[in-house]
Amino acid sequence: MKFEEVKNLIHKHYPTAILSEDLSSTPYALEIDHDLILQVCLLLHENEQTYFDSLSCLTGIDNAPEVNTMEVVYHLYSIPYDLHIALKVTMEREKPEVESVASIWKTADWHEREAYDLLGIIFRGHSDLRRILLPADWEGHPLRKDYVEQELYHDIKVKY
Amino acid sequence: MDNEEMTNNSQFSTLNSQLQRSEPLKYSESDLRTEEMIINVGPQHPATHGVLRLEVVTDGEVIVDVVPHLGYLHRCFEKHAESLSYNQVIPYTDRMDYVAAMNNEWAFVMGVEKMLGIDKEIPKRIEYIRVLVSELNRIASHFVALGTYGLDIGAFTPFLWMMRDREHIIRMLEWASGARLLYNYIWVGGLFYDLPVGFEEQAKEFVTYLKPKLQEVETILVSNKIFVERTANVGVLDRALAINCGVTGPILRGSGLRFDLRKVDGYSVYPELEFEVPIGEGAKGRTGDCWDRTWVRYQECWQSIRIVEQCVSKLLGEHRRTREFDPRAIVPRKIRPKAQDLYCRAENPKGELGFFFRADGRSDQPFRCKARGPSFSNLAVLPEISKGCLMGDLFAIVGSLDFVMGEVDR
Repeated sequence: MKFEEVKNLIHKHYPTAILSEDLSSTPYALEIDHDLILQVCLLLHENEQTYFDSLSCLTGIDNAPEVNTMEVVYHLYSIPYDLHIALKVTMEREKPEVESVASIWKTADWHEREAYDLLGIIFRGHSDLRRILLPADWEGHPLRKDYVEQELYHDIKVKY
Repeated sequence: MDNEEMTNNSQFSTLNSQLQRSEPLKYSESDLRTEEMIINVGPQHPATHGVLRLEVVTDGEVIVDVVPHLGYLHRCFEKHAESLSYNQVIPYTDRMDYVAAMNNEWAFVMGVEKMLGIDKEIPKRIEYIRVLVSELNRIASHFVALGTYGLDIGAFTPFLWMMRDREHIIRMLEWASGARLLYNYIWVGGLFYDLPVGFEEQAKEFVTYLKPKLQEVETILVSNKIFVERTANVGVLDRALAINCGVTGPILRGSGLRFDLRKVDGYSVYPELEFEVPIGEGAKGRTGDCWDRTWVRYQECWQSIRIVEQCVSKLLGEHRRTREFDPRAIVPRKIRPKAQDLYCRAENPKGELGFFFRADGRSDQPFRCKARGPSFSNLAVLPEISKGCLMGDLFAIVGSLDFVMGEVDR
């Protein structure tokens, strides 16, 4: 199954889901409506022709305050069909919330926790959304472009 | 201390605010049943291979749940990468999986080369040298995995023997790059230097030396009765669960799936080389148990030796050293890729190492660089497979997963 066919498959089931496509990215990417990402992922995971059985990578991106959006990029891979696709979800920076896909791929569990930790993206429906790399009482999300580190952490000077 | 003030002569006194828990436990007393208790393991426990803290809920000897607490070795790789130019990030990738640094930097460099569109122009000799050093590093990484695994569950001698043989590899790589562990040898578009004169012959000699030693490892460790008893039928990882959890590398192959990115993606010159992909078949117990994972790593050492031999013969024959050969010939002066997103992956000793780049086309620095370390996803499977096991088997499972905390925490 080619990229076009995957696109048509999504379009057939959820006509409003695909907002745009990006053929300059490797692998080819589709921008998905952020309310429908869970359904689209479930479709791609369950459908016998696509069967995206593994989630290679889940990346959160902050597009800086000027653009005022945040993104989550899902890299899906189908082992039996050797098929790659990237799905992108764009959210407003004030309210970075998206449905969790951890119920489909268990990989997403820790990757979503990491995106929450470093970028402050909330994954709705995640069973255990705690910080993963940083201490629980750390302030702020470091991978945001406007992040300023705290002065003191437990009375230890942060900036050296 | 009542007065919130510290003086220099009271260096061991602390403020109350410093005694707060920065990483609270997930479970509390009220979550537990009467007979359950929480055991804290790590972060300084030697069998956790670095600084991993495990919060283990046990019912007597039986494990009810394991909660890994990470981040003790977090060094902000992704934040650093956003403020450095691409070639300056390469030393940071070395420090992710520090026992297989060559493979790390190669994966990163491959991604940048793909973004620049020069990945097809790399001279064959450079590609063969990259394969050669990476496969040597893969053997070294598997030797650490097997040796320390033996140490975890009570076999001391294999550890010493394998560290001895690993040291030969490390010295060879030091000869090539100047550093023992963190090489910065593979550059975007080329190499730091050509191999030193005599390296190929030395590699050939080393392989001849290593073969009987590797045979010894099977006798003393892999097929040792005590080792088999400790690892067979322990921590069985089902194939479907492994794929769903994003587990890759020897662990996924140990669960019986013949999936190796060197074959599947066929990157670099791997399609020209002959090697097999060993999988676990449940020879001593059930497929996907700790013994199968060890077996796969052990067999991969033999396959890496095969690849090294082929590389050496190519480097001495078809792609031999010439006076004109310059490993930095197509190293770009300025690395500024077009605006694009790219996900590039490579087979590391631990599994699939992926780098996601977003370039904005205007700067020499990546707008976003995410590293998908294999150890990160491989460690996430620990709670799944250790539930219901005995406390004594926990470290047999932890050791068989072979993660490096430098890569988990980045």
